Amino acid sequence: MDILNALVAILNFVVIPAAAYGAQLALGALGVTLIYGILRFSNFAHGDTMAFGTALVILVTWGLQALGISLGPLPTALLALPIGIALTSVLVLGVDRAVYRFYRRKRSAPIILVMASVGVMFIMNGLTRLVIGVDEIRFDDGARFLISVQQFRAWTGLSEGLSLRVSQALTLVVTALACWALFRFLNRSRAGKAMRAYSDNEDLALLSGIDPERVVRLTWLIAAALAVTAGTLYGLDKSFKVFNYFQILLPIFAASIVGGLGNPLGAVAGGFIVAFSEVAVTYPWRKIAAYLGFETDGLLQLLSTEYKFAVSFVILIVVLLFRPTGLFRGKSV
Amino acid sequence: MAEPYLSATDMRGGYGKADILNGCTLTVERGQIAVIVGPNGAGKSTAMKAVFGMLNLREGSVRLAGEDITQLTPQERVRKGMGFVPQTHNIFPTMTVEENLEMGAFIRDDDFRDTMEQVYTLFPAVAEKRKQNAGELSGGQRQQVAVGRALMTRPSLLMLDEPTAGVSPIVMDELFDRIIEVARTGISILMVEQNARQALEIADIGYVLVQGANRYTDTGQALLADPEVRRTFLGG
Repeated sequence: MDILNALVAILNFVVIPAAAYGAQLALGALGVTLIYGILRFSNFAHGDTMAFGTALVILVTWGLQALGISLGPLPTALLALPIGIALTSVLVLGVDRAVYRFYRRKRSAPIILVMASVGVMFIMNGLTRLVIGVDEIRFDDGARFLISVQQFRAWTGLSEGLSLRVSQALTLVVTALACWALFRFLNRSRAGKAMRAYSDNEDLALLSGIDPERVVRLTWLIAAALAVTAGTLYGLDKSFKVFNYFQILLPIFAASIVGGLGNPLGAVAGGFIVAFSEVAVTYPWRKIAAYLGFETDGLLQLLSTEYKFAVSFVILIVVLLFRPTGLFRGKSV
Repeated sequence: MAEPYLSATDMRGGYGKADILNGCTLTVERGQIAVIVGPNGAGKSTAMKAVFGMLNLREGSVRLAGEDITQLTPQERVRKGMGFVPQTHNIFPTMTVEENLEMGAFIRDDDFRDTMEQVYTLFPAVAEKRKQNAGELSGGQRQQVAVGRALMTRPSLLMLDEPTAGVSPIVMDELFDRIIEVARTGISILMVEQNARQALEIADIGYVLVQGANRYTDTGQALLADPEVRRTFLGG
């Protein structure tokens, strides 16, 4: 019984939250890795693109709520998501036109594009604050739990409870669908193959008649869609706060580098690796140890949650030191 | 006499201020194999890049099938019937062999499966590996994929920049055999080669370039027989 309780506790406090968080990171890292593969720079504005997109989704959600439209048990934000994606795409394409295209034509070094993206990041951050403010916003409506602690206890008779929130389940389902669609697109469609070809060998892609500007536009569109989806799911799961989206950039970068920059499959794996490490290191294991017969006074928490970003840093440094191309043979930084 | 299929005449130009090409002329007839040889730094690859439009010419012109294409970009020249295989980075390494060929046919809107089958017939070794990533193949097979990719647009002129660089002698012979086969289908070949002797053996016409200008021009056999050429460029 104690072993079962320990398992349930691990599921409830580690596996489920880390899986949901990992899925959100994976979606974010996919965007970063695609931009890196095609445009060949690390987009620092990605976190704030997520924030901006999510802010738009929230505004549309409020609008829909005011009109009395809802999705029943699912959050209304899901309905607002496509509109948020469309609006963010317009912004992102505009930014590419106004900022990045200039440097691309000049064939500037990647570091210059990175610095430009830092500038874009600050502007987007400011824009988001102007649009929606700096306060914490909760915008998840509909049903809260798929499985609640009480239900679970009643079903199983275990003393340990397990809950699965709608937002967590939704995150996993939407991420799975998005990854499936993305990989299908990249591996099957002509446009997707052209993107991979361009990422593999820019000059040869050009010789083969692939239009680079089209590939770039497509990449921004996909990255924007992934960013807004990731941001919305993250906001539904936790809450929306502009600054958190700026901070989440670090684990997202760690995820895409761990997986190998430019490698989409790596980005997904990296997202889960970073999320599980972060949650495992910051979770107090005392309760689970007690179930397994190890009574201690300490919390058995390796790192307090305030230091969770240190985990991303350490992973980043270890990977860059020992396997700079990442686990899935991406490009070295 | 009718105009040659490709005639690049009196090309002058370079990357910076100094000219690398100093009045270089190259012509290829339909179905002919033309080989450019010469010492290091003679401008062999540069001459080929000039033909393909990767280099701005200060003087001279490039005509393909009687049409002046001097002002066209490389992409536009591909549509006019030129195929180019760069010396390095000539495949998409993380894409399968089949996808490489598909990308070669990117500008084609018609059904290109028959062309793909022709490429596979020409290179049976890569046909077996069509689902494998091109980057995982051996050097010789990669070159075959690279040539196959360029053939997918059904070019009338195929340009190869040192196709045998870094492959073993056996693979080189095999590759040359394939190139002869390609030429027999009526495709003109323009090739830069480091392995001058072997390349001239299959050449209908050979160009020996020195300092960006033509030094000797003759059939491959005649150049191989010329004691002057042998002494200075072929090492005896």
